[in-house]
Amino acid sequence: MSRNDSTNRIKSQERSRSSKVASSLLQYAGMVSVLLGLVFIFSLMSKNFLSMTTLTSIANSIPDLTVIAVGMTFVLIIGGIDLSVGSMLAISSALLGVLMADHGWSLALAIPCCLFACGLCGFLNGVISVKAGIPSFIVTLGMLEIARGVAYLITGSQTKYIGSSVEWIGTPIQGMFLSPSFLIAIIVVIAGQFVLGRTLFGRYCIAIGTNAEAVRMSGIKSAPYSITVFAISGVMCGLAGIMQTSRLSTADPNAAIGLELAAIAACVIGGTSLMGGRGSVINTFFGVLIIAVLQTGLAQIGASDPTKRVITGSVIIIAVLLDAMRQRWGKNRR
Amino acid sequence: MNLSPAPICLSLKGISKDYAVRVLNHVDFELRAGEIHALLGANGAGKSTLCKIIAGLTPATAGEMFCDDTVYSPSDKQQAEARGIQIVQQELNLIPTLSIAENLFLTQLPLRFGVIARKQLREQARNVLLRFGMDDLDVDRETGSLGIGQQQMIEIATSLNRECKVLILDEPTAALSGKESEQLFEWLAELRQQGAGIIYVSHRLDEIKRIANRTTILRDGCHVGTFAVDDLSTDEMVSLMTGEERETKPAIKKKHLDVNNQTENQAKQNGIALRVESLHCGPLVKNISFSVRSGECFGIAGLVGSGRTELLRAIFGADHAESGELFLNNNRGPFRFKHPHHAVRHGIAMVTEDRKKSGLLLSQSIRVNSSLCNLNAYTNAAGIINQTEERTDTTRMRQKLDLRCNDIEQNVETLSGGNQQKVVVAKWLLAGADVYLFDEPTRGIDVAAREKIHRIFTTLTNQGKGIVIISSDLDELFETCDRIGVMSAGKLVATFSREAWSTDLIMQAAFSGYIDPSEE
Repeated sequence: MSRNDSTNRIKSQERSRSSKVASSLLQYAGMVSVLLGLVFIFSLMSKNFLSMTTLTSIANSIPDLTVIAVGMTFVLIIGGIDLSVGSMLAISSALLGVLMADHGWSLALAIPCCLFACGLCGFLNGVISVKAGIPSFIVTLGMLEIARGVAYLITGSQTKYIGSSVEWIGTPIQGMFLSPSFLIAIIVVIAGQFVLGRTLFGRYCIAIGTNAEAVRMSGIKSAPYSITVFAISGVMCGLAGIMQTSRLSTADPNAAIGLELAAIAACVIGGTSLMGGRGSVINTFFGVLIIAVLQTGLAQIGASDPTKRVITGSVIIIAVLLDAMRQRWGKNRR
Repeated sequence: MNLSPAPICLSLKGISKDYAVRVLNHVDFELRAGEIHALLGANGAGKSTLCKIIAGLTPATAGEMFCDDTVYSPSDKQQAEARGIQIVQQELNLIPTLSIAENLFLTQLPLRFGVIARKQLREQARNVLLRFGMDDLDVDRETGSLGIGQQQMIEIATSLNRECKVLILDEPTAALSGKESEQLFEWLAELRQQGAGIIYVSHRLDEIKRIANRTTILRDGCHVGTFAVDDLSTDEMVSLMTGEERETKPAIKKKHLDVNNQTENQAKQNGIALRVESLHCGPLVKNISFSVRSGECFGIAGLVGSGRTELLRAIFGADHAESGELFLNNNRGPFRFKHPHHAVRHGIAMVTEDRKKSGLLLSQSIRVNSSLCNLNAYTNAAGIINQTEERTDTTRMRQKLDLRCNDIEQNVETLSGGNQQKVVVAKWLLAGADVYLFDEPTRGIDVAAREKIHRIFTTLTNQGKGIVIISSDLDELFETCDRIGVMSAGKLVATFSREAWSTDLIMQAAFSGYIDPSEE
């Protein structure tokens, strides 16, 4: 072993490079096969499941959860958590409703406002937790209440009907079956994966989540990166608020209660570690799809709401168990 | 003197262990009651694995063990302890947030009505500390607030305090100061008297010569031989471990033979790489001034807890210095860094003492770790990393440092300690700096890796960099440094040049700060 000649080394490099490609595909293959398995089961149990209507309705119902889960993936990777996403979404929705329905703003003016407001909430989450060293669990738990309260204050606890000026965002484009929302969500997923895998920012996020002390002792200031991650999570909520409002044509301060749990579940199903340092945006997207397929499929075969909850919860636990086993297997193989 | 050999208290026959590869191959080993048996081998030879198998931390793939002539096959640490087999591992196993007393009796806390009997616990703990001569410590003190050497002593005391027929010590003196090591050797002698067998793993051959009776040498997972320590010279031990004649020594010495070359270098670049002016930082860095020339290697000796690490941390900005100034290349300054970020920007690099805690991203690849400090250089204006350059540089470092791995995408947690340390060094070499601070750069790593790192020092000084090295191993400082400063109780008490230093003088200086003048 000590006298490795160079040909051996090159060979082993080639081998490991091809095995690396294989293993990264394998990583997605696991999620894809679970997803296809679910689709297969539901298509056996319900005749209508494998139809264009069902599939497009699934696709058009997930953009808001998708973009929030992308933001959440980054937060989890740096070792934090963001419980305030549902409430921030509500702020975005409430602002959009009040600005457009009550003040007659155009969509183009209202959207930046929504994104900014939510980005600011996320930024506050980040600054307080990072600078004061308070666990993000607690700070964002506080923000969950604050932002929800602000959403009620903005709308006077009423829903605001906006109508056709936003509906087009959530409506399938003719001949394409997919809504602008969905396309934006896909772009966000691809951009998110690129940022995570290819940029300095993504690399630092992973490093911070893996060992914050080593990052500090490497001469890297982690605070700006961590704060940015929380701000991004906020902006994603702003975007999701617009998507959800457009789908329902109505701004609702009650929107998205409990959405943080669905977002965390999607990340976790996709193999993101709650301890930080490990995660994939693409796999998070598969996590979102699995949840959506499960919800729609169970509804179609006539499962009651309590049953749906039991099954969805079980799937989350099973997914994490499988991931843990895969990890252990990978480690033993080495 | 040797009448009849003492009874064998532990014997291993044909022990093998397979992970991905075979790390132990049919190893036989026997331990007699009342002996200190040194286990020697380069990193990756299988010493730690063998210790873990004996201590029940991991099962053997094949082979049998006998303890006092009965079959012994522990499935976990508890079973091993039930047979009186204790292990003290290289990594600390104490819980830092609990008190010393709680750590000492963690597995057998005295209970009253299901509640911890505090008073009794303190009493017992005080007795233990008294027995081991550490009664100056407060039993209620949080264990994490102790220095790493003292923590190690507490950990060893915890094991000795239990019933102990076989004691396994894996690199016990790595974190200990000379004084603490002496104390440990006394305990071991006492334990031998009581008829316990001790398995002792260490890279410090002089120590082994001094205290061990026999030694078993492992190489690449195979049993090379078992010898009486008195029959082997340290050079013979090293060649048995490496399996080849030792040719690396001259390379190190060469640097010092080339004195002319050295002085020429210094004449050329007579600049000061780092000057520290009356630096104060907490109780362990008091009014410290020294300077390091370009191309010079400055060693810092001293007992563990004398403030050596704290000094480097204060220079590097990891801790906030209260006062004092730093000047870098050509009197740039004054600086006092508030975050390592600023220190790195001004050309300081620091290899920390604890590579797992503050040096490495353990679950990430060699590539990600090596490029971490230099990531800006691979990144374009849009923030995108050029992975091809990153790989090229990492591969270059892998060759330069002779990093033993399958691939640069391999996780660093799967590497041996020596190779992990090389990754930390690679990280800072890639980042480039004018001043390199090394805190215990070769602790617990094998001879080959150690010499590789020493050669890096030579390369760096030849490039005109300034180097500061902390080491508890005086031989290491003698081999690598041009001057040695000695710290004692938070002060830099003496500085010796190559012609003037000796072990005696350095040790005297190291103790000088702790001698209470009123007692004399």
